[in-house]
Amino acid sequence: MPSAATWRKITTIILVHIAFVALWWGAVIIGDIPAYILPTPLQALQTLGEENYNWGTHFIATSQEIFGGYILAVIVGVAFAVMFTWSRRTDETLMPLLVTLNMIPKVAMAPLFIVWLRFGVTTNIVITFTICFFPILLNTARGMREVEPDLLDLVRSLKGSQWQILTKIQFPGALPYIFSGMKVATILAVAGAIVGEFIQSDRGLGWFMLVTQEALNTDAMVMALLLVTLIGVVLYGIVILLERIFVVQDARVE
Amino acid sequence: MTAAPFISLKNVRKIYRTRDTEFEAIKDVSLNVMNGELVSLVGPSGCGKSTLLKILAGLHPHDGGEVQIGNDEIPFDPSQDIGMVFQQPLLLKWRRIVENILLPAEILGRPMKESRERAIDLLNMVGLDGFGDNYPYELSGGMQQRAAIARALIHDPKLILMDEPFGALDALTREKMNLELLDIWQSSRKTIIFVTHGIQEAVFLGTHVAVMSTAPAEIADYFDVDIPHPRDLNTKTDEKFGTYTRRIYQLLGM
Ligand SMILES: Nc1ncnc2c1ncn2[C@@H]1O[C@H](COP(=O)(O)OP(=O)(O)OP(=O)(O)O)[C@@H](O)[C@H]1O
Ligand SMILES: [Mg+2]
Repeated sequence: MPSAATWRKITTIILVHIAFVALWWGAVIIGDIPAYILPTPLQALQTLGEENYNWGTHFIATSQEIFGGYILAVIVGVAFAVMFTWSRRTDETLMPLLVTLNMIPKVAMAPLFIVWLRFGVTTNIVITFTICFFPILLNTARGMREVEPDLLDLVRSLKGSQWQILTKIQFPGALPYIFSGMKVATILAVAGAIVGEFIQSDRGLGWFMLVTQEALNTDAMVMALLLVTLIGVVLYGIVILLERIFVVQDARVE
Repeated sequence: MTAAPFISLKNVRKIYRTRDTEFEAIKDVSLNVMNGELVSLVGPSGCGKSTLLKILAGLHPHDGGEVQIGNDEIPFDPSQDIGMVFQQPLLLKWRRIVENILLPAEILGRPMKESRERAIDLLNMVGLDGFGDNYPYELSGGMQQRAAIARALIHDPKLILMDEPFGALDALTREKMNLELLDIWQSSRKTIIFVTHGIQEAVFLGTHVAVMSTAPAEIADYFDVDIPHPRDLNTKTDEKFGTYTRRIYQLLGM
């Protein structure tokens, strides 16, 4: 049962969002702002009724890119970090290369990805993956290394195996760091998918924004932006929820 | 005929080698410890006390001399018979206290049902009954250190190595823990090597005291503490107690 403090927190979250929408609405009306500059929240919502906007298709495409690239990055990023922790040799050999690769502006690789992978959702999944991969890998690797030497001595004095050290000490110890990397990556995932769509696509909310911009349908653009944000918030919410389930309160990295 | 010692160190030497330097931490340490003794190890900071414990725990190789633990009557299994306690409790944040105490039993693959029962007994013994299901952060520093002691006992080792276990506690808690350690030692009759910077603590707890010189270390003095157990706070006002502490202070040049 959530405590009174939790309820107060939830109420605050809802209220501040309502206040934001009210402020937006009020500003448009009081400032007499024309709809093609900034529509009211209601005007933006009304565009959802427009059937030839194909909201469903775009929403699904962008969701696939964000979630697909993100989940892939979590799996591969954590797996690489485990590998680096397992073998010092691999770490010493590959880490310097990865640090360099991380310097590549990931969006700038999009044109190459199009050449390699063609046009479409898959390419945007790969772009999203590339952006999310590094923070997850680096955070996880750092978390796995952050073990008290004395604790390792304790396990080694019992002749504990490397596998036991990994599964009982290092991996659970790294979980807070994994989640901290995952939280950073949620924002990157959303940005990655949208920028990917800007560069190449024939669907998705980012692509749709470019199309409606040409017709100056600002209300639809704003609605698309709201939907992108919604996907991001849902992703972030899932991560926070998983963190609450898997990480003991005291260990969470805020 | 005198009984064989449980621990026998003969001219043990330890050199730490880094890429271009050699540092002789322990020059020549010889020491015999009988089964069931509680030997306090004191010496200036950096003289090699922790190093000696690590050699005993089989974590560091030594570079000369002989290390022999166990004898014909009391065999010693280096993977099963060592319990370690450090200055920090080093509990796993994500495990409840009971699960923390069970860690060595898990690593050694001991049957869990019996170990769990034993863990409950140990919780009572160290005065933590009812705290088994708490997380470490819900316990005070002293309570966490009690849990660490219980963890060192869970697999019923023959030798307990303690490296300044009460060094991070406040003076009052520390005195209390001293008395409790004596109780635990008397009821379990384990061999304990107890490293400390507290000269009073060394004499109060030890059946014997070993004083090490600055690195490269040798045993500068080794003596019986001829004050019968069970000891209590009155021991500290005993005339002999003062004689022993003065003997150590003088040796350390104070
Ligand atoms: N892994 C290591 N590599 C190189 N030198 C080391 C290593 N561990 C310890 N030393 C050196 O060996 C000496 C003894 O260290 P040790 O930790 O055993 O001292 P100590 O008596 O436990 O000190 P303290 O009372 O401060 O804990 C120190 O000078 C230390 O710098
Ligand atoms: Mg030390």
